[in-house]
Amino acid sequence: MASDGVNLSVRKGEIHCLLGENGAGKTTLMRILYGLYQPDEGEIVLNGNPVHISSPRAALSYHIGMVHQHFRLVPTLSVAENVVLGLDEGTGPFLNYRQTGKKISQIADKYGLVVDPQAKVWQLTVGQQQRVEILKALYREADILIMDEPTSVLTPQEVDQLFSTLRTLVDDGLTIIFITHKLDEVMEISDRVTILRKGKAIATVNTADTNKPQLAELMVGREVVFRLEKNEVNRGEGLLVVDDLHALNDRGLPALRGTSFDLHEGEILGVAGVSGNGQRELAEVLTGLRHASRGHVTLAGEDVTNRSAREIADASVAYVPMERKKMGTVPNMTIRENLILKSYRQRPFSHGMFLDNNAAGENARRAMSEYQIMAPSIDTAVKVLSGGNIQRVVLARELSGDPRLIIAAHPTYGLDVGATEQVRQILLAQRDRGAGVLLISEDLEEVMSMSDRIMVLFGGEVMGIVDAGGAKIEEIGLMMAGERKEGVESASAKVA
Amino acid sequence: MGWESWVISTFARALAYGTPLLLGTLGEIFAERSGVLNLGIEGMMIMGAYSAFVVTYTTGHPWLGILVAAVVGGAFSLIHAFATVTLKANQVVSGLALTMLGLGLSGVLGRSWVGLPLFTTLRNVTVPGLSAIPIIGPGLFTRQNLLVYITMLLVPILWYILFHTRIGITIRAVGEDPAAADSLGVNVDRVRYLCVVVGGVFAGIAGAYLSVAYRPAWTEGMTGGMGWIVIALTIFAFWNPVYGLLGSYLFAALYHLSYRLQTWVSPELLKAMPYVFAIIILIFVSRGTLQKRMGSPAALGVPYTRGEE
Amino acid sequence: MAIFFAAYGVSPARAYGAILHGALGNWRGFSETLRRMIPLLLCGVGLTVAFRAQFWNIGADGQLLFGAMAATWVALFSGLQGPLVIPVMFLAGFVAGALWGLIPAVLKVKMGINDVITTLMMNYIAMYVALFLIHGPWKGPSVRGYPLTDIFPPAARIPTIGDTHVHWPTLVLGLVLAIVAYIMLNRTRSGFEIKVVGENPHAARFAGMSELKTVVIAMLISGGLAGLAGVGEVAGVQLRLLDPNQISMGYGYTAIIVAWLARKNPLGVIITAFFFGVLMAGGDVIKVNLGLPFQLINVFNGVIMFFLIGSEIFMRYRIALRRA
Repeated sequence: MASDGVNLSVRKGEIHCLLGENGAGKTTLMRILYGLYQPDEGEIVLNGNPVHISSPRAALSYHIGMVHQHFRLVPTLSVAENVVLGLDEGTGPFLNYRQTGKKISQIADKYGLVVDPQAKVWQLTVGQQQRVEILKALYREADILIMDEPTSVLTPQEVDQLFSTLRTLVDDGLTIIFITHKLDEVMEISDRVTILRKGKAIATVNTADTNKPQLAELMVGREVVFRLEKNEVNRGEGLLVVDDLHALNDRGLPALRGTSFDLHEGEILGVAGVSGNGQRELAEVLTGLRHASRGHVTLAGEDVTNRSAREIADASVAYVPMERKKMGTVPNMTIRENLILKSYRQRPFSHGMFLDNNAAGENARRAMSEYQIMAPSIDTAVKVLSGGNIQRVVLARELSGDPRLIIAAHPTYGLDVGATEQVRQILLAQRDRGAGVLLISEDLEEVMSMSDRIMVLFGGEVMGIVDAGGAKIEEIGLMMAGERKEGVESASAKVA
Repeated sequence: MGWESWVISTFARALAYGTPLLLGTLGEIFAERSGVLNLGIEGMMIMGAYSAFVVTYTTGHPWLGILVAAVVGGAFSLIHAFATVTLKANQVVSGLALTMLGLGLSGVLGRSWVGLPLFTTLRNVTVPGLSAIPIIGPGLFTRQNLLVYITMLLVPILWYILFHTRIGITIRAVGEDPAAADSLGVNVDRVRYLCVVVGGVFAGIAGAYLSVAYRPAWTEGMTGGMGWIVIALTIFAFWNPVYGLLGSYLFAALYHLSYRLQTWVSPELLKAMPYVFAIIILIFVSRGTLQKRMGSPAALGVPYTRGEE
Repeated sequence: MAIFFAAYGVSPARAYGAILHGALGNWRGFSETLRRMIPLLLCGVGLTVAFRAQFWNIGADGQLLFGAMAATWVALFSGLQGPLVIPVMFLAGFVAGALWGLIPAVLKVKMGINDVITTLMMNYIAMYVALFLIHGPWKGPSVRGYPLTDIFPPAARIPTIGDTHVHWPTLVLGLVLAIVAYIMLNRTRSGFEIKVVGENPHAARFAGMSELKTVVIAMLISGGLAGLAGVGEVAGVQLRLLDPNQISMGYGYTAIIVAWLARKNPLGVIITAFFFGVLMAGGDVIKVNLGLPFQLINVFNGVIMFFLIGSEIFMRYRIALRRA
């Protein structure tokens, strides 16, 4: 149930924020408004009239425009070309560049969006590209603009520019719905805010009447968190030290901005935070799949910064990636083969250059019984397995050899109840064995109940690290939304 | 023969031989711009050549032959479009299969037509006025058939369509980032079908030109690998019709000159040049910004499925 | 296909019968079948290796030609004599074909350049290089102006069975290499890496495999095997270097179907190469005996390819349906 009886009312001419963490239902709600999903129940009322939005085109006809988090722009085309792409009204098949350019400039000047219509999109900065996206909506005469996490890709200066643009738009009568998880932004820009949690709209408040702690509490709730039965933590030696890590994401923007923390043997350090704040990049840097531009990673005293994936795997580091089928396994290959994906170079699985299929087979049989992998045989292709079984294969492979560091990214994502339980037990058992576990998860409950300590990532920085025992969910919620824990310095401040 | 007549004859031959190349290239540019690699051109060309010959021979109307060739080429390419766009099959295999099919089919069907003489070919036309310009006049505008001039005129038209009209923008968007285009309401499949069929139609006409005008006859395999040259020329043209014109005529001129230039350069190596250049160009434009400025359409060769991220 | 046969007034049964009889029923026909099978076998096995690494090697023709050219050099211009000539020719052919296949491999992995286009272009470049050689520096002084090299000296001729064109050492080589390739793909580390890199490059990276090294190895093998086919054609069948089309005969392209039909399994290639050998030899038969055009075989090839595409799609949908 992505959206459960959500009531949302937005007034004309206001900036209305939708606040919530992952899975709260913000994106689903917006997709319904934009015609990408159809609601099962309920209705949408626009200006007093009930409407049915069946597709993005329909949404546009109701003057609803959307600026996606990941831009839908064609890099090799110019700004003007991107703006008119997909439009079929107007001046027939021919594109009058001058006319279009003029109209674009008119709109741009009106709202202070400086952009050159002839420039090619790939030449623009991210902030400028976002302006093109806004222009696209404005060109199509949108009255209501939905913006999905627009500041996730902007620099602070660009954020200021965006906000002043939004204010200008609102002054002209537009309505803006602004999806975010950052409290700072909510407080700064919005008139009212609706908080979503687990698919329900919890409350709608006037921004002027509220404050960050209150919003954070609404965002994460105050229920008693279900605590798993687990042994006392037996924290051992320091295992992993991460110091001032910097890295870029796939789009070339900074994803990690000075992340620092440490992890000990025998403990689970949970990484909480809304996805997109550097968690993926952190896991990839630690496992040798992404280059760190600055900073150090030390494993049991040895500097392993920017070592190759193979070397890190050989150093007894296990990685359970989020994308099971895209990265964690080779779906077209069999269970037997997938289980030796990393260890095939070593005995007993290979002698010289030859693989020992029998050894691999024995290994597979053992793993299937130990991890209860349900499949017709060891030579079944992984792609026909259920999500839970695929994850069992990944775990069986990664945890063989008793790794000392385990990085688990969203390990129970998409799994059924039984598999989820099993995976959690396995991780706890590893921790009892003395391994250090870095648990990245969007499920705050999971993080809080499984971890011994909890670290919150926001904007590629550590907002704070707390003991799980005494942690209050509101505190964590605040950190997830951008509030630093007292005493934690900004990493960029350290540089100065 | 003074050097003047040498130049003139080179121009003339370049135009004559370059026209089918140009037609094929123009068509392939459109197909590839929408993201579909069409390796079946050779098959489509030869089927065009065959059908044009048969129709012209039996009816005595060359233009009818060309028309039928266009339809045949288009029909063939429709198979390719269906396989690659709707069924999302591998574009390479589909194209190669069509080439084999086309070569085979034309060879089979054309057996009884081999060696028959064709009397009703395209008339030659001389452009008044322009043909009076020294050197260029006699070279380019004298006594070429109408199809040559039509093709030349097509170039600026197609260039304009591709870069200055809405449909051109849509085509280029589909070839670069079909997901973005799709999210804006563009029917990616329909655009690709259109472009592939355009490619097939042009290939058919190119083949028709060969059998009805250039060398009015039918021989098995008379396209002689022209389809493959077109693929290289498409790259050489940076997927731009104007450069396509330059490339096609240049290649045709070189082809003609290759025997004259024998004493300096081996004709075979000269003929290999387009292919070498194509690879060099590909290397050249594979780097970052150049890729964006002049490189191949980013989604070339990749079938598009909505929702695949 | 039956339609076509019928259209020529020949009953399909009779046509198929003629093909089979012609290709298998007598020694002459059978030898022609084997002759065609040899290059298809070698190229096909090589292609299975390349395809497993998801490298679309359309350039087998060109790699074959380079093997042929290398063998020609050894035979006519290297000054080598005696029993060593044949093994050295094979070695040189393998190396030449491998190197020619190396270039597109590096271009793809290092620069992301489309492998289909580069291998295709390389075919034509190879063809023109060969043409250049036979028209120019390698033109045989004894052949009076024709674009051919001299005929190979006896030491450089691969022995054949009787007076047929079946150069059996190459055939044996092909069969052995098919088995070797099968073992390599299924029982060695390199084979494992090739399969992983081909199936899922992300997981391969994750597993610490080097995509570059793996693809390069696959293409060296693929190009090398095609090169061996070239050696066979030029030193076993033609006994000289001549017009490239006569040498490669589109074997490189047909081998693509051969490899595909064998589901990228080197052992399966033995069967499919034989099958296509029958078809090609049969094509000659129907041309001569039944008056049907040879080109029908091409039509057949094309139709088969479409069937393959169709079956691939069908399999894909079946899996999706089963999961749903």
